Amino acid sequence: MSELVSVLPASQIAAPQRRRWWHRLLRSPAALVGGTLLLLVLAMALSAPWVFPGDPLDMVTEPFVRPGVDAAHLLGSDMLGRDLLSGIFHGARMSLLIAVVSTLLALVLGMSGGVLAGYYGGRIDALLMRVTEFFQTIPAFLFALAIVAVVQPSLLTIALAIGVTSWPSLARLVRAEVLKLRYSDMVQASAALGASDLRIMLRDILPNTLTPILVSTSLMVATAILTESSLAFLGLGDPNSVSWGNMVGAGREVIRTDWYITTLPGIAIVVTVLALNLLGDGLAAVLDPRDQK
Amino acid sequence: MTAASAKQLSQGMARRLLQLLGVVLGVAVINFFLLRLAPGDAAQVLAGEAGAATPEYMLALRHQFGLDQPLLVQFGKYLLNLAQGNLGFSFRHGMPVAQLIAERLPATLLLMGASIAFAVLLGSALGVLAAYRAGKLADVVISTLALLFFATPLFWIGLMLVVVFSVWLDWLPVGGMFTIEAGYTGWAHCLDVARHLVLPALTLGLFYMAVYTRLVRATMIEVRRQDFVRTAVAKGARPLRVLFAHVLRNALLPLVTMLGVQVSSIIGGAVLVETVFSWPGLGRLAFEALFQRDFNLLLGILLCSSVVVILVNWLVDFVYTRLDPRIRLR
Repeated sequence: MSELVSVLPASQIAAPQRRRWWHRLLRSPAALVGGTLLLLVLAMALSAPWVFPGDPLDMVTEPFVRPGVDAAHLLGSDMLGRDLLSGIFHGARMSLLIAVVSTLLALVLGMSGGVLAGYYGGRIDALLMRVTEFFQTIPAFLFALAIVAVVQPSLLTIALAIGVTSWPSLARLVRAEVLKLRYSDMVQASAALGASDLRIMLRDILPNTLTPILVSTSLMVATAILTESSLAFLGLGDPNSVSWGNMVGAGREVIRTDWYITTLPGIAIVVTVLALNLLGDGLAAVLDPRDQK
Repeated sequence: MTAASAKQLSQGMARRLLQLLGVVLGVAVINFFLLRLAPGDAAQVLAGEAGAATPEYMLALRHQFGLDQPLLVQFGKYLLNLAQGNLGFSFRHGMPVAQLIAERLPATLLLMGASIAFAVLLGSALGVLAAYRAGKLADVVISTLALLFFATPLFWIGLMLVVVFSVWLDWLPVGGMFTIEAGYTGWAHCLDVARHLVLPALTLGLFYMAVYTRLVRATMIEVRRQDFVRTAVAKGARPLRVLFAHVLRNALLPLVTMLGVQVSSIIGGAVLVETVFSWPGLGRLAFEALFQRDFNLLLGILLCSSVVVILVNWLVDFVYTRLDPRIRLR
């Protein structure tokens, strides 16, 4: 019986709505530009081992080759003769990987915390609110920096530090959404049909909070990329792999004469973060119920 | 002030102090256990790279920090020290951590203040301009710039500004806070510091300027549609007065809220900016501590910057009540 109740609306109402959503997204210029740029960066990350086989940290040519001079090394080389384009391709892997892992961690923590606090209320809610307030007070970047500095940088610790410091705002967002639904007819109907708390949380409440979560996820990935590159710029990157932030930091020493070594990887960061922000803007505009004309 | 509101205010003060205490305690817990996560015990971490540490010295250190005692006793001692304002000792600098931080804090506050002023003033001006020209060329240009600065990492924009304004144009100094060899005093010194402040403040401020531009543009467009604005225009108020007294004042409220939320992120940004420009503040100190593996100092900075965040937020709350008389300090 309860199966029937939840299946019926899903097949009849959700499907056309979802199609409309995609159409609207494709018509949003911000989402289109952002999505295309993001796909480009993603393609760079995925194709890096084939387009540029070999370690991007190896010396492949003479140092300080200017961009556009040598056809074999389109963007030139840095002070150690490392190919910049190869570094940017491989750096995309690192940045996206850390950003995705840390965002997944933040999503798990933020969603479970927010749903539990919003659903059960009372002491759990009060505790979560205190914890998130605390996290919003201490400077997240300094906190992440302290964690990575103390436990040594690696892909996992960096992702962990970023994830741990970025979940609280999501938890608050989810909690607010859950509170809107907590006493709705839908949830009460499920409860009356004898659904367990877990089932109500996972099947009724969570799916209905996904749209605002989706928007903030794209912003969280963008912030994670900025944080990761900032840490790497300060020398707190994984020492065994290239990272855009690390490339910018390394080029700093020769910035007076060979500024392109610093400039080019920075542009890669800007493009990626811009793409994610545009996608987030586009999604927010499309999913905003006030805008459904 | 009535007795009731005085009571409310003192209750508010108590609540604030409790909040401050809670955060200090929370950071203390984190710091304490983070130090124990580091490879080696705290004595090794604290002394290890301070030079050649003899086994006797290590033993003395362990005893001094009570590392030979149970964890709970250690934590109690740590808290007791903290309560007396003792953040520990930096072996690298040969100075108490609290004193080091107190020396560097003013430079960071100056940088933050200048950046916030720049971001708020220019951000709201551009936001107003974009809102009044919504859909026109000025709006498109401003919104695009805001989008771009919103996506640009602080450290990179700082380096690019150095390339353009210090290396190519040679208008502004590359870094530092003042020209040491010049030995300026009085106004000349202030001018010198101001010249050094321009690029770091710009770097730190541009990102937040972008945030405020977007925010003010959005709220301006919303506030302008409201009835009280139409009433003001209908009764014949001059356009500038409508803008400043009616629209902007209300559009600034979300900006101030946002500013309060972002104080902690601005301090994080200051770390990066100070590193790029060798600005002798807390962030630069944190960076040095990081490189010298002076974790006691690093964690002390984390604690102190959290306290700064809370204090600035009190200030923001106060500004809020000035802007919106309906809101009282609680």
